[in-house]
Amino acid sequence: MRVMKVRVDTDRCTGHGVCESIRADVFEVGDDGMVHLLNEEFTADMRPQLEEAVAECPTQALRLED
Amino acid sequence: MTEVEAHLVVVGASLAGLRAVEAARRAGFAGIITLVGSEEHLPYDRPPLSKDFLTDVESPPIPTLREEALLRDELGVHLRLGAPATGLNTTDRTLFVDNEPLHYTSLVIATGASPRTIPGTEGLAGVHVLRTIDDARAIRSALDAGARTVVVGAGFIGSEIASSARQRGSVVTVVEAMPTPLARPVGEQMGAVLGSLHERNGTTLRCGVGVDAIEGQDRVEAVRLADGSRIEADLVVVGVGVAPNIEWLTDSGIELGNGIECDKTLQTSAPGVYAAGDIASWPNPLFDTRMRLEHWTIAAEQGGAAGRNAIDPENAVAFETVPYFWSDWYGKRIQFVGVAAGFEEIDLVAGDLEGDTFVVLYRRGDRLAGALALEQRSQVMKYRMMIAKGASWDEAKEFATARAAAAAAKAANPPPG
Ligand SMILES: Cc1cc2nc3c(=O)[nH]c(=O)nc-3n(C[C@H](O)[C@H](O)[C@H](O)COP(=O)(O)OP(=O)(O)OC[C@H]3O[C@@H](n4cnc5c(N)ncnc54)[C@H](O)[C@@H]3O)c2cc1C
Ligand code: SF4
Repeated sequence: MRVMKVRVDTDRCTGHGVCESIRADVFEVGDDGMVHLLNEEFTADMRPQLEEAVAECPTQALRLED
Repeated sequence: MTEVEAHLVVVGASLAGLRAVEAARRAGFAGIITLVGSEEHLPYDRPPLSKDFLTDVESPPIPTLREEALLRDELGVHLRLGAPATGLNTTDRTLFVDNEPLHYTSLVIATGASPRTIPGTEGLAGVHVLRTIDDARAIRSALDAGARTVVVGAGFIGSEIASSARQRGSVVTVVEAMPTPLARPVGEQMGAVLGSLHERNGTTLRCGVGVDAIEGQDRVEAVRLADGSRIEADLVVVGVGVAPNIEWLTDSGIELGNGIECDKTLQTSAPGVYAAGDIASWPNPLFDTRMRLEHWTIAAEQGGAAGRNAIDPENAVAFETVPYFWSDWYGKRIQFVGVAAGFEEIDLVAGDLEGDTFVVLYRRGDRLAGALALEQRSQVMKYRMMIAKGASWDEAKEFATARAAAAAAKAANPPPG
């Protein structure tokens, strides 16, 4: 199975949590005001929602890597 | 019969339009895509214009959302920039760009909104609105010169401009005609609480008094208020709201009202024509009410939804969302989720209203209707999800109590390290 990774640019993330509202089991904004990944590797069936999170992040802080 | 190649045309080359293009390609659309925009620039991001763009020490670049090569080569988009749409014939599916016909099979309209101005001030140097990169550059250079600043309108954008001007060391006054700022989006009490941030950071806030005149010959000199007082100014920024850019559609037959009237899939009254972003009014199924929002996140979400629905109308999906916006003042983040209109009770569940951080919940009936947070980034989206699920007020309060207990325990026993 193809596995991908999510990268967070911590200089860009300002903790909007839009990603969290798309997939709360993957993203969580912590008390430090920064997103934390609750998972490290993801399966292909999650791709559409991860892509959505990448697209909707207001600061373009997220990236998908195969 | 030969098949006509599918052609998706998107009008308005900003956030919602860009998302429509990206979503259509991501959904596998292989036809032609044309992105039409009246500004010369590639799609760029507006929120920074009232924030970092004004405060950064170094003169900042345009906050471009996508580079031209990516749009052209990877997404295969034909760009028609600096070219306003001037008309639309929905019967033969023709858009007019600079009066030239452009045939489409599906169309997404995302022409956004433009700031309202104060009549009679058009030619006066030093008076600005803020919507475009050119507006932002003009305001920035006035601030570079240390302009004494008056902001007319204490809405979110006006307040951000005031905050940025303060940060640049300017003397700043915000004038608001209503007795409290932001009463519509967050309610009177919380509007006053947010307004107090201005006073606490050295900006003068004058509420309940209108602007009588903006004085000056060729260049602004002062703002005269309805109570007779006069504030000297080198820079006046008018932030009194925006109006949707619908004039070019007047003769199109498309149903207009407060923006473009869409159905729940964001389709306009014309088949094959969808709308998204600040221009679109649609019945939000989550709230059983028609909304037209002017929020970044919603414009982005709607753009995606309109793009997907436009290329596959048979399988069009209703667009539903819990409104979310943020605003940054004096280095502090304000976030609001949900709908404040019609709330019956508010309750402070974290922090304190005079302090630097808080969370306030809004109740309507027995439901959680909204949440307003100042510098509480870890909480807001949890409430957004609860509102989406129709969470009860009791559930929300329980959640808040548990969060508060966890925070207190953590403060008493800080984790090692
Ligand atoms: C200074 C500023 C700060 C903001 N800060 C925040 C914030 O902190 N948080 C938040 O949630 N939201 C914020 N917003 C709001 C957010 O930026 C908007 O909701 C968003 O830009 C809407 O996107 P849109 O694509 O619908 O419309 P717009 O961004 O308005 O884009 C519409 C585009 O269509 C073009 N156009 C208009 N007429 C035509 C025509 N006839 N033909 C072709 N093109 C046309 C326009 O020139 C424009 O480029 C801010 C807005 C501004 C201006
Ligand atoms: S949406 Fe973007 S900015 Fe917001 S928390 Fe997620 S990664 Fe960070």
